Order: sequence, then C-alpha cells, then structure tokens
Amino acid sequence: MEFGIFTVGDVTTDPTTGRTPTEHERIKATLAIALKAEEVGLDVFATGEHHNPPFVPSSPTTTLGYIAARTENLILSTSTTLITTNDPVKIAEDYATLQHLADGRVDLMMGRGNTGPVYPWFGKDIRQGIPLAIENYALLHKLWREDVVDWEGKFRTPLQSFTATPRPLDGVPPFVWHGSIRSPEIAEQAAYYGDGFFHNNIFWPIEHTKKMVDLYRQRYAHYGHGTAEQAIVGLGGQVFMRKNSQDAVREFRPYFDNAPVYGHGPSLEDFSQQTPLTVGSPQEVIERTLSFRDAVGDYQRQLFLMDHAGLPLKTVLEQLDILGEEVVPVLRKEFANMRPAGVPESAPVHPAVAARTKEI
Amino acid sequence: MQNEALKIVAVSAGLSQPSSTRLLADRLAAAARERLAAEQDRPVEVRVIDLRDLAVDIANHLVTGFPPRALSEAIDAVTAADGLIAVSPVFTASYSGLFKSFFDLIDNTALTGKPVLIAATGGTGRHSLVLEHAMRPLFAYLRATVVPTSVYAASEDWGSSGDEYTEGLPSRIRRAGGELAGMIAGGRAVSGASRAPGLDDEVVPFEQQLADLRLD
Repeated sequence: MEFGIFTVGDVTTDPTTGRTPTEHERIKATLAIALKAEEVGLDVFATGEHHNPPFVPSSPTTTLGYIAARTENLILSTSTTLITTNDPVKIAEDYATLQHLADGRVDLMMGRGNTGPVYPWFGKDIRQGIPLAIENYALLHKLWREDVVDWEGKFRTPLQSFTATPRPLDGVPPFVWHGSIRSPEIAEQAAYYGDGFFHNNIFWPIEHTKKMVDLYRQRYAHYGHGTAEQAIVGLGGQVFMRKNSQDAVREFRPYFDNAPVYGHGPSLEDFSQQTPLTVGSPQEVIERTLSFRDAVGDYQRQLFLMDHAGLPLKTVLEQLDILGEEVVPVLRKEFANMRPAGVPESAPVHPAVAARTKEI
Repeated sequence: MQNEALKIVAVSAGLSQPSSTRLLADRLAAAARERLAAEQDRPVEVRVIDLRDLAVDIANHLVTGFPPRALSEAIDAVTAADGLIAVSPVFTASYSGLFKSFFDLIDNTALTGKPVLIAATGGTGRHSLVLEHAMRPLFAYLRATVVPTSVYAASEDWGSSGDEYTEGLPSRIRRAGGELAGMIAGGRAVSGASRAPGLDDEVVPFEQQLADLRLD
C-alpha cells in the first residue's frame, strides 16, 4: 500500500501569530515538505492545482519537475489536475514530459474544480463540468495510447494527424485516478476505464465515502477489469498528532477553528466525530486510519492533508516525522496482513516504479 | 401500498417555547389529518419538525457542506412527505432567516410537485401578505404545488372569531387543511419528478454519458 501526503497549497495566516507567509515562502515550504516526505519514507507527494488566491500551485508540473530532480523514490502526483479547464493536449504533453524526467514516478488525479469563476477565466462553463470532464479525458486517454490522433469533440478545436510528444515513457501512459466527492458520474468514469478512484474523505462522513467507493467497485467489476475487490481505491485523510492526545487537540484547535473550509462552524470534537479528521496520538491515528478499511475495503493509497490552515512549516515537518516514523510503518504492516491475495497492493504506477520497489 | 401510512410533515420555524408558530403548525396538521381520515382508508402519520432544535446543525451544514445526522434525517422526512406544511414567523418583512436557511439546504428539485400548505404568524395582521409575496414565490421556485389557501395568524386571531366579512382562524385552518388533504388524497404528489440523479439512483452507464457527447 502507498502512503503519502497531498497539499492544497493555500497561503493562510497562522491564527496563533497573525503572520501570513509570502507566496515565495509558501512555494519553498511546499518543496521542503515534499523532500521531507521522501526522507521519512513516504511513497507519494501530490499537489493541488488552483488558479486563484490564496492558492499558489497554478503550475503543478513545474513544481513536481523540481521535486523529481531532488528525489529518488517519491511518486509525484496531483490532487487534482483540472480536466475541465485545462487543454487535454497540454496535460498529455506536460505529464508525459514529467514521466520522463522522473523515470516513471508519476501519476495524476483528475478533478473538475469547484471555483465558479475559474471556468469562465479559461473560456469554459461550469454547468458543463461533467461533460467537460468526460470529453477531455476521453481525448487525453487517446493521446497517450495512439501515436496519431484524429479528434473532433464539442469543447475543443478538432485535431487531424496530431501526435502528442513526448510519447509516454516506455509506451506506458501515466496511471490516472479520478477524484470526486459526490458525483456518481465520475465514479462511473473511473470504473469504465479501469482507472483508480480517489475520494478526498476529508469534509464528509465516511458513510458517504463508502457509498461512492462501493459504486465505483461495483461498476469496475461490471466493466470487466477485475473483481470489485481488485478495483484501485485511494482515500484522503486529515490528521494532527502529538505524543499526548490532549496536546494535539490544544495545539491544533486554533488552526481548526480558523481553517478556510470548515472553520467557524462545528467544534473540533463534532467534526472529528462526523468526518475522518483525527487529532490525537499516533496510536489514535493508526486506529482511525485502519477503520477506513472497514468502510471501503482493502485499498491501495492513503494520502494525508498535513500542511494547510496556516500551520507553520516547522510544525508540518514535525508532523511528517511522526507520520513517517511512528504511523506509516505500523499501517503498512497491518494493512498488508489483512489484504487478501489477489487484491493489488498498490496502484500500477509504472513498470519502472514496480521494478525499483522490488529491488528495495 | 394501500395501507402504507400517508405522511404529513410540518416544519415550524418558531423560536419561542411555547411558540404560536408551532401551535399553528400543529393545528394545520390536525385539520389535514382529520379530513384525510374522513375521506380515505390509509392511516395518516404526522411529524412536526421544529427548526429551533436544528438551528446549529443548519448553520454547520451551511459552513461545512454536509448535514449532521439529525438535520439529514429532517431533510429526508421533508422530501419524502406526501404533504408538507411550512410555517414561519414574520421577521423583518419576510419569512425568518432560519426558515429560509433550512429550505436552502434542500435540493432544489426535491420538492417538485409536492403538495405544500404555507402559513405564517406575526404580531399584527398588517404582515399577512408575506405569505403571497414571499413564501408562495419561494415554493413556486421549488416547483411545489401550493394549496390556494394560506393561513396567517396574528396575535389577535388567537382570541377572536371572525366577523361578517372575514372567517375566523379556525375556519381558515379547516379550509387550508382540507385543501392539503384533498391534494394528497387526489394523488397530486409527483415528488422528485425531475430530481438530479444521486448516489441512491440507478447509475447512468458510461456509454450513455459518452453517447450524449456524441463521442465514439
């Protein structure tokens, strides 16, 4: 099973000091966090993509390319790549290039984006979100698998005799996840292609996550890619840890109370009960994370959100130390022990990555 | 099917306890139940939802995007009802903010075709057109079927019996309850007729999603 972190890339004032990092500091912090992820033995670093303040990651492959050059083992991914407003041709080119630079350590997650004005800023209509995701991905899928593409769709100028370069590394397209919180159409899309399905699993109750994953698994089997248990599932999660549970709660509370998404709403205690948020000791995080399996079955990738809501870099790096040293080794072992034979251990990222993992 | 209970749900946005808004909701529900019992054989279940009890849940749902359990259950009850009674106090020239926030959290296609009886309370009869100018358009937007009689109860109505020109509150309640009962019994409910597909619905096969875009 793969463990990693995903970042939104928000520039948020630290509510305990009133200090707001500059964009430069935030971007450099993102790099430090990715390098730390590799250092503590995590498998995946994924960055979001946004085109509005207060977020910095508008150019994911630039950032991921830099991280690729500074790491050996980390899989570079996205959370998410906007399949609605990006040109699928540019996605094909950018991520195939990244795949070569990173020797195959690349996959990506498709998402629609939910910021209204971003669509018109890129010449699109948010009401067409699902059709854009379906058509654009159909083209991207083709561009990575067929050397010469003729194409005509609703949303982009037609292509005649077009070849997306570079071709994917060793002819193997980057593995794709489809992320959606609540659209059954996207679970269906992931199942149809035999791609991975990722649920962010942060803002909603786990019962809802389970419904989405169940739908994906059932349709994955329907389309003949394998059994429902063999479908490739990824989950998000959100944790804050200290040795003593009470210390974790005390330190994290001001960040929770002022967090951009759910701040000034429910209490930390209520939200922890209603969603997978876990603030406590490493042991509590281990137990909660293992409980996700009870809801969604054996899954392949767990990403944690660690660096948002204005948490200072030093704290985030400490969190990654705890995650890498005390939590993930136990989770790896426990999940592996429970996983039945025949259920994939991880996503099929690239044969080069699989070969490397065997050597290690 | 024949003996499955008909469900009437009344939503009261009254804040004080006891509340005249809640009292009006109870009276309307009783009138509708009485008429339904007289006119057909199916049992009738009445449930009254006090939004006061859900006020914090409603605020949290607005902030987080998902409903806490009690609120989720209330929303399900409203959308599954055979008939809905919606009662708000008049606040600052309209229905109360809590009332509107609750209906903001219901899918905008979930009340399509649902029989709805609207009612309001206030300190003076001068606000009575709130029902026609604010509440009726709200449910028209939601494509619910609102019964012709809406009931406004001013404080003074609780202690008077009408006169030769106007009916008193009890007869207005009876008439409105009767209209709601008639609409429920007449099978006018076509709830959810044009609802957007959700997780509990049959999945749209991907081939069809592609075909809709005319891709191969």
